Amino acid sequence: MGDEGQVSRLEPLSFERSRTGHRGAGVPSAAVETAATTELLAGATRRSRPPALPELSEPEIVRYYTRLSRLNHSIDLGIYPLGSCTMKYNPKVNDELAAMRGFTALHPYQAEEDAQGTLELMWDLEQALVTVTGMCRATLQPAAGAHGEFVGILMIRAFHRDHGGSSRDTVIVPDSAHGTNLATATMAGYRVMELESSERGLIDLETLRSALSEKTAAIMLTNPNTLGLFEEDVLEITRLAHDAGALVYYDGANLNAIMGKARPGDMGMDVVHMNLHKTFSTPHGGGGPGAGPVAVCPRLEPYLPSPLVSLRSAEEGGAESRNGGGARGDSDDRRFFLDYDRPASIGRVRGFYGNVGVLVRAYAYILSMGGDGLTQASEDAVTNANYLRTRIGDTYPIPYDRICMHEFVASAARLKKDTGINAGDVAKRILDFGIHAPTVYFPLIVPEALMIEPTETESLESLDGLAQILLDIDREARETPDVVSSAPHTTPVRRPDETRAARHPVLRWHPEVTDGPPAVPAE
Amino acid sequence: MSYVTHTDADRAAMLSAIGADSIEDLFAAIPPELRTVGLDLPPGLPESETVSRVSALAERNRIWGSRSFLGAGSYNHYVPAAVRALVGRSEFATSYTPYQAEVSQGTLQHIFEFQTTISELTGLPVANASMYDAASALAEGAFLAARHTSRERILVSAGIHPEGREVVRTYASGPGLPVSELPLEPSSGRTEVPDAEHLQDTAAVLVQQPNFFGVIEDLGPLADAAHAAGALLVVSQNLVTAGLLAPPGQAGADVAVGDVQPFGTPSNFGGPSAGFVACEAAYLHELPGRLVGETVDADGRRCFTLTMQAREQHIRRAKATSNICSNQALVALAATIHLSLLGPRGLYELGSTCIQRAHYLQQRLVVLPGVSPAYDAPFFNEFAIRLPMDAGAFAKELRARGVDPGVPLGRFDSTWSDVLLVAVTEMNAPADLDAYVGAAADFLAPGRDPHGR
Repeated sequence: MGDEGQVSRLEPLSFERSRTGHRGAGVPSAAVETAATTELLAGATRRSRPPALPELSEPEIVRYYTRLSRLNHSIDLGIYPLGSCTMKYNPKVNDELAAMRGFTALHPYQAEEDAQGTLELMWDLEQALVTVTGMCRATLQPAAGAHGEFVGILMIRAFHRDHGGSSRDTVIVPDSAHGTNLATATMAGYRVMELESSERGLIDLETLRSALSEKTAAIMLTNPNTLGLFEEDVLEITRLAHDAGALVYYDGANLNAIMGKARPGDMGMDVVHMNLHKTFSTPHGGGGPGAGPVAVCPRLEPYLPSPLVSLRSAEEGGAESRNGGGARGDSDDRRFFLDYDRPASIGRVRGFYGNVGVLVRAYAYILSMGGDGLTQASEDAVTNANYLRTRIGDTYPIPYDRICMHEFVASAARLKKDTGINAGDVAKRILDFGIHAPTVYFPLIVPEALMIEPTETESLESLDGLAQILLDIDREARETPDVVSSAPHTTPVRRPDETRAARHPVLRWHPEVTDGPPAVPAE
Repeated sequence: MSYVTHTDADRAAMLSAIGADSIEDLFAAIPPELRTVGLDLPPGLPESETVSRVSALAERNRIWGSRSFLGAGSYNHYVPAAVRALVGRSEFATSYTPYQAEVSQGTLQHIFEFQTTISELTGLPVANASMYDAASALAEGAFLAARHTSRERILVSAGIHPEGREVVRTYASGPGLPVSELPLEPSSGRTEVPDAEHLQDTAAVLVQQPNFFGVIEDLGPLADAAHAAGALLVVSQNLVTAGLLAPPGQAGADVAVGDVQPFGTPSNFGGPSAGFVACEAAYLHELPGRLVGETVDADGRRCFTLTMQAREQHIRRAKATSNICSNQALVALAATIHLSLLGPRGLYELGSTCIQRAHYLQQRLVVLPGVSPAYDAPFFNEFAIRLPMDAGAFAKELRARGVDPGVPLGRFDSTWSDVLLVAVTEMNAPADLDAYVGAAADFLAPGRDPHGR
């Protein structure tokens, strides 16, 4: 790597900007009389050299990170039609509320009476999520969707253990499923059986019947599925699974399609996870934090992670009626507590109680939207997806082409056959127009997949803009294919060399020394 | 407020373009017996009413500020305003996982900064792009060791946060890894170094630095014992110590995990925070979670991209190293920025102020009647004291005197009912320390029966 010095840098790293003696933040001196720090640490092994943190002033740091931020696309800049990610607008007021000191400065081990505001919020949020999903209770503990999946499958495992089903060792997952479903089942100690989708892109009842056995612990279902299609036979699917003694897991990644229209609980689902950073509009932060609450049917309730937020009874100083204050009439009278008395619980999957800062945002979102607003959101999300599908379906054929829910999967296979331009090229070219690309190459059952989820917060003009860009790219691919195959051209950087990144991993900054970074073993 | 833009005319035009007669046509695939009409939730509120409703809840919480001495995994450190301002930029906050590198260099580069920062603070060459929190990162660290050693047994120190131990047990119940506990030496409070027999077939030894009781562990002998038996040493590290104490890598640990909450993120009733996993290069292919790597773009310019994704669920599916997908990128950014603002000097000073104030307070508490240190090994900025009474009752009395004095440990284990865990940070000013001592002295004064009889 002798040519490293010649590589130009878009934005030098903070470590490369560092200048000895520059300081960003001051720290109060101890201002108490004790022995010197070194004496207090006698008997402990000290650090042999200081960590090479950057030395920069506050203006230097603010300027650097502000400049970095401008290299990102974000939902506030334009449409972000990443299929299965539900990149809808994140209301500003929710951030403001989550930043209130009354929430942020609350310590997780404060006395119960000091934390009633947050506990009430958690309780009310749980009730709202249970209402939307048609389930019985929910845990707010999981930090993300995949974390919620893990909780759900562990609960299913615990249920089988207690009901003579310990020999059930297989989880069935459709071939259209998110990768997390399969990884989750493995992490929970299960074998994975993939189920081939039918010609209509749905679960085939005959295939399912032959897959189900006394070894089946669960089937994991996304509905609408990752093709954006509602599993029309869902009642039969859950009945078959239950008849075989298996439970049904509902991956709520696509819940944004059906709020107010249908409920997983009515479909016969036993466990449901939700992604608050998708359906309930909390910002995704470039990869988190999100939150992945999990709701359950009554028979799985005992297995929920501990603790849950619960309501004290009147005898315990709880719900006695004092006054009628608050919009809900009773809000000032209720007393909440963290309920650890859950002997059948699977335990906890993280420290403390959940990503509370995210929960505040989701709660505020639900208050603002109300039941009508959430239903409207699903209706507009589905309308937007179908409108785009109609606008581009002739140009980018849709293998499972019928009314879709909140998203659809088009294919660039014909384009590739005609021109050599593939789905990845189309995605890269989209970036040149100042918007984000759809999800590509997923689900795996569609060749050259372009998975498009516009969400309800896009205007008609925004949808028309995306459609026109896609149509223009198809024309370009046929007339000037080099423009598309070498795209993007206008982004801060162009296509990265992924192979180099993986073959010669450089995963941190190294001071410029002659012998280079330490070698990393090859895979 | 529903944050949608469409007018009814827009909707009608779109339905017509779709070829649908009504919105109901778009939901026709849902079987009629499943169809619901709306949701049983109150109607939506205008923004001003949402604000008053949610603010009222925030105001119902009691905030102790500098008179709080609660820690146990969540600490009250100062968050510079620049951290909030930068993390609040919507280019960072409202973007997704950086799958399209060309329009995600902001996120990718700050994750690379984070990986470098964590690598420096842990003294280990490789760190991932963040995990959910310390406890789940600890469990993933144990899984990493099990994969690498092809062994199953996990040895967990009794000095690990009880919730961390519980999370390890929950995770381990999935693949069925046996978990057993390493006791603490009764006087020092340090983890007992296990003998070879105890370590047989062990994949990982898990310890916390400083441990749950605030005690600074002696990692060297633990690393030597683990390595002699073919096991890995996994250390859950509080990064506030990183300017002063030997980092896990220097002390011989193979894997370091932990939480970045002390830097850039307030307690938030326990979340969100961000965890991390760092390790020796030899375990790189076993690492869970995202990794950002440096490369060049088509014009030969340096850039960053998600890399080594063959470990991850979206590529490897059932054979992935973990199911983790979303992590805690924005919290990791807050930590990175806060640590950049501090720099090496600031990190040292922060640790030093915390240590000195903690010792000042501890020295004045343990001379009060009936109060004694729970352990005698060196501590950093958190310490456990034994009280002549139930610690929960003591805490209640001190709250009545204006100080939230620490976490009563009886909530975790009834045998610790007289133990209080006290954390001190730079936010607890000398006057707050004196107020604490004063309140405790007043309550525990000789001649006064602390049992209230």
